[in-house]
Amino acid sequence: MLTTLSRVIKYGLVGFWRNGWLSTATIAIVFLVLVGFGGLIMFNSLANIVLTDIQDKIDISVYFKTEAPEDRMLEVQRSLESLPEVKSVEYISRDKALETFREQHKDDETVSQALEAIDVNPLAASLNIKARELKDYEAIAGYLEKDTFREITDKVSYTQNVGVIDRLKKIKSTVEQGGLLLIVFISLIAALIIFNTIRLAIYSNREELSVMRLVGASNFFIRGPYMVQGVVYGLIGSIMSAVVVTLGVLYSSPYVKIFVPDVNGWAYYLSNLFGFVAMQVIFGVGLGVVSSYIAVRKYLRI
Amino acid sequence: MIIFQNVTKIYKMDDHETVAVEDINLHIHQKEFVSMVGKSGAGKSTLIKLLTGEEKPTKGKVSFGSYNVNKLKPNELPFLRRKMGVIFQDFRLLPNKNAYENVAFALEVAGRTQQEIMEFVPQALEMVGLKDKMRNFPRELSGGEKQRVAIARAMINHPDVIIADEPTGNLDPVNTWEILKLLLKINELGTTVILTTHNKDIVNSINKRVISVEDGRVIRDEEEGKYILV
Repeated sequence: MLTTLSRVIKYGLVGFWRNGWLSTATIAIVFLVLVGFGGLIMFNSLANIVLTDIQDKIDISVYFKTEAPEDRMLEVQRSLESLPEVKSVEYISRDKALETFREQHKDDETVSQALEAIDVNPLAASLNIKARELKDYEAIAGYLEKDTFREITDKVSYTQNVGVIDRLKKIKSTVEQGGLLLIVFISLIAALIIFNTIRLAIYSNREELSVMRLVGASNFFIRGPYMVQGVVYGLIGSIMSAVVVTLGVLYSSPYVKIFVPDVNGWAYYLSNLFGFVAMQVIFGVGLGVVSSYIAVRKYLRI
Repeated sequence: MIIFQNVTKIYKMDDHETVAVEDINLHIHQKEFVSMVGKSGAGKSTLIKLLTGEEKPTKGKVSFGSYNVNKLKPNELPFLRRKMGVIFQDFRLLPNKNAYENVAFALEVAGRTQQEIMEFVPQALEMVGLKDKMRNFPRELSGGEKQRVAIARAMINHPDVIIADEPTGNLDPVNTWEILKLLLKINELGTTVILTTHNKDIVNSINKRVISVEDGRVIRDEEEGKYILV
C-alpha cells in the first residue's frame, strides 16, 4: 500500500511536470479565481469594520429636566444598565455639560458673554446611551417613554437620530447580505471554471486512462495522480493569490485610511493573515481535488 | 481455462439493436495457441472485449480460470487483467512514458517492489530485443518496436493468457513475422495465446487451432486449421 501511495504521488508530480503548459494554464485559472475570491472576502470584511466603526459613533441621549434630582437620574442610569440591549450608559451632569459647552465655544465671545449674562447654568443633565446592536435603539427609546421616567426627562434624542440609524441599519444589512451572495456566486463560478479546466486536462488523457485500466491498474492508482495534481494546482494557485491579495491590501490600505481614518486595513489583514491564507489554500486545494475526482470518474468504467 | 457459454452480445443504440455475437460456445485450453479469423465486423473484437471485461454479455457466461468475468465488479477487474496480457493493433503504449516505464507500469499497478521492477523489466525488454532502446519514448520507436514493447508489457506479469488483437495489422511483413515468432515463443514457454488476425499467410503457416467467426457466429473451429475465405 505504501509503495502504491508513493508511486501515485510520484506519478502525480511527474505528470504535473511533463504536462507543463496544461499545468501552467490550470494554475493561472485557479490563481485568477482565487484572487477574485480573496479580494471579495477582504473587501467584505473591511466594509464591515468601517460600518461597525461608524456604528460605534452612534448613540442616543436622554435630557433631564433641570429641576430633576440627581439621585433619580442615577437611578435611571442603573435601570438602563440592567437592560441586555444596552452596551454602556454615561451620565453627564449639568456642571459637566456646561464645562464641555464652554470648552467647545471658548473662542466664541458672544457665547461666553451670553453665559455670563444669564448667570445660571441653562444646560440639562443627560445620559449617553450606546446599544449593542443598531436595531436595539428603538427598544431603548421605547423603554424611556415609561411614565416614571417621563416625570423627570425632558426629551430623548432618538427621534432626531432615527433617520440616520435607519439608514445605517439598511446599509449594514445590504453589505452583509450582498457580500455573502456575491461570495457564494463567485465561489460557484470559480468551482465551475476550475472543474472544467481540470476536466479538459483529463479529457486529453482519456486514451491513457483506458490503457491503464486494461493493464490492470486499480481505480485508485489511476485517479490518485490526478488528485495529487489537483492538490498541486490548488496549492500553487492559492499561494500565488495570497501573495497578490497581500500586496493589494498593503498598497490600498492608505487609500482606505483617507476614506475612514480609524480603520487600518493592513493591520487588520495582518492580524487575520493566517485565516485568509488558510481559507484560500483550503478553497483552492479542495476544488482541485474534488474536480479531479469527479472528472476522472467518467473514464474509470472500462 | 477460457469458456464462453451461450454468449450473446447485443449493442443497443437508441431505438435499434446490433447483434455483435450470437450464441457463442468456446472452450480454450491451457497452453493452446488459438487464431481467431474473420472479416472486420465479424465479432472478433467483441469476443476479446467480453473476455477482458470491457463489455458485458447480454446473455450467457464468460469464465476465465476461476473468474466469472461478467459478474466482476469494476474494482475487481484489475485483478483479472493482471492475469492477462493484452496486445493491440494500435499498440496503446502510454505516450508520456518511455519503453522501460511502460513495461514497469504493469508491474507497478500490481504492487511489485522497485527491486523486482529493476530486475524484470530489462529482462523482458531483452527478450523482445529492445534492451538498447529502453529509454526511448514511443514516438521515437518504429511500429514494430512499439509492438515489441507492448509484448514485453503483456508478458511481464507472467499472465495465464496473452490476447493479441490484430497485433500485426499496422506492421510490414518483416515485423509481422518477428511479432509472430515472439508469440510462438511465448506459447512454447507455456502461456496460452489468443491471436485475432486478417493475415491469411501467418494463420496458414503455423498449423495451430483456427476459429473462424462470421456475422457474430463461430462457423468453423479446427485443430491445425487454415484461413478459408468464404
